[in-house]
Amino acid sequence: MSTEAATGGLNEYITHHLTHNLVKLGTGFHLDTWLVSLVLGLLFLLWFGLKARKATAGVPSKGQAFVEIIVEFVDGQVKDTFHGDRRSVTPLALTIFMWIVFMNTMDLIPLDLPGWLVQTTAGAETAHHTYFRLVPTADLNTTLALSVSVFFILIGHALAAKGGFGFGKELLTAPFHAHGFLAFVLAPVNLFMNIIEWLVKPVSLAMRLFGNMYGGELVFMLIAGLLAGWVTFVPGIIANTAWAIFHILIILLQAFIFMILTVVYIAGAREGH
Amino acid sequence: MNINLTFFGQMISFGILVWFTMKFIWPPLNAAIESRQKTIADGLAAAERARQELKDADSRVADEIRKAREEATHIVDRANQQYNQIVDKAKADAIAEGARQKAVAQAEIDSLSHQAREVLRQQVAALAVSGAEKILKREIDASRHRDLLDALAKEI
Repeated sequence: MSTEAATGGLNEYITHHLTHNLVKLGTGFHLDTWLVSLVLGLLFLLWFGLKARKATAGVPSKGQAFVEIIVEFVDGQVKDTFHGDRRSVTPLALTIFMWIVFMNTMDLIPLDLPGWLVQTTAGAETAHHTYFRLVPTADLNTTLALSVSVFFILIGHALAAKGGFGFGKELLTAPFHAHGFLAFVLAPVNLFMNIIEWLVKPVSLAMRLFGNMYGGELVFMLIAGLLAGWVTFVPGIIANTAWAIFHILIILLQAFIFMILTVVYIAGAREGH
Repeated sequence: MNINLTFFGQMISFGILVWFTMKFIWPPLNAAIESRQKTIADGLAAAERARQELKDADSRVADEIRKAREEATHIVDRANQQYNQIVDKAKADAIAEGARQKAVAQAEIDSLSHQAREVLRQQVAALAVSGAEKILKREIDASRHRDLLDALAKEI
């Protein structure tokens, strides 16, 4: 890269790193996103599953204590927000939290490490044509899939709490209440408002997480531009490290926000207007 | 895609990040884990201790009850013994007193009968003497035949 023009080099670098490993499957399939998220999800299941299986009522091992702290933290958050049967809500929140934490953490792995691995194992020519983005949550497909799943879960909760008739009635009568003829006038308005309100939830969930992680990744790439020259090498390292340390906060915060908003939405879906 | 200085810079900063995590992120996390372990261990130990103490207290209580029961039995035994002793002693005392009273009465009776006999003897002797005097007024001197009369009176 140092042989190319600075802007062109950085441009190409960023473009390269923002290109998914696309498989021609229907309208396209991001193999990298799918693979990494799948592996991380399985890793989460394996880790927590093994600890849960080996759990004792006595003094816990360090691993068990760590898992317990996480589970208790999530359960405490759910308990504070959602007053009802937590048996299905806490596992959902825990899964969302841990999976997103895992996927976000991929952001901390050096950008060029996968490329280097490919280059050293398969040669420079293959590396030049192999695109691989390591952060699944910086792919809108992942975050939108998560939030749309949450959206359907929300509808399920609303239907379970109010029944089909109650939910339908609420869509037509809230937020503007009226009696008699005016109620019929306001019904389409209410429906429109409610549709917006419902659709905003998954879209905002997905966009928030995607935006944060994509932005974080992009900043890493821009900092990588600093590392290309000798003069800016040391400041680049400092900036890269500082951003990575700050990113630890973002990783946990974004996962937490996604989780807690899901729980808040579930609580809202169960309550009437 | 070409690997160059960028990669090494990233690896160095990754190394610094790992060091930072080990130095500043992991210790508080580890402390939380260890304090949790300690809390649980302490709680379990306290429960175990409480159970042991309860067991000890139970056995002590059982011991005390057993001792009290033994003591009570002992006291009842001693009371029974004392009762028997008192009754026996009273009986013996009563018998002894009875015997003493009897002896006193007997002695009185004896002494009275002796006196009465003595008085009677003297009266008989006097009567005999006066009778004999009356009969033998003239020939018999009372003072000269006193010996004989006394011997007679003694035979009564």
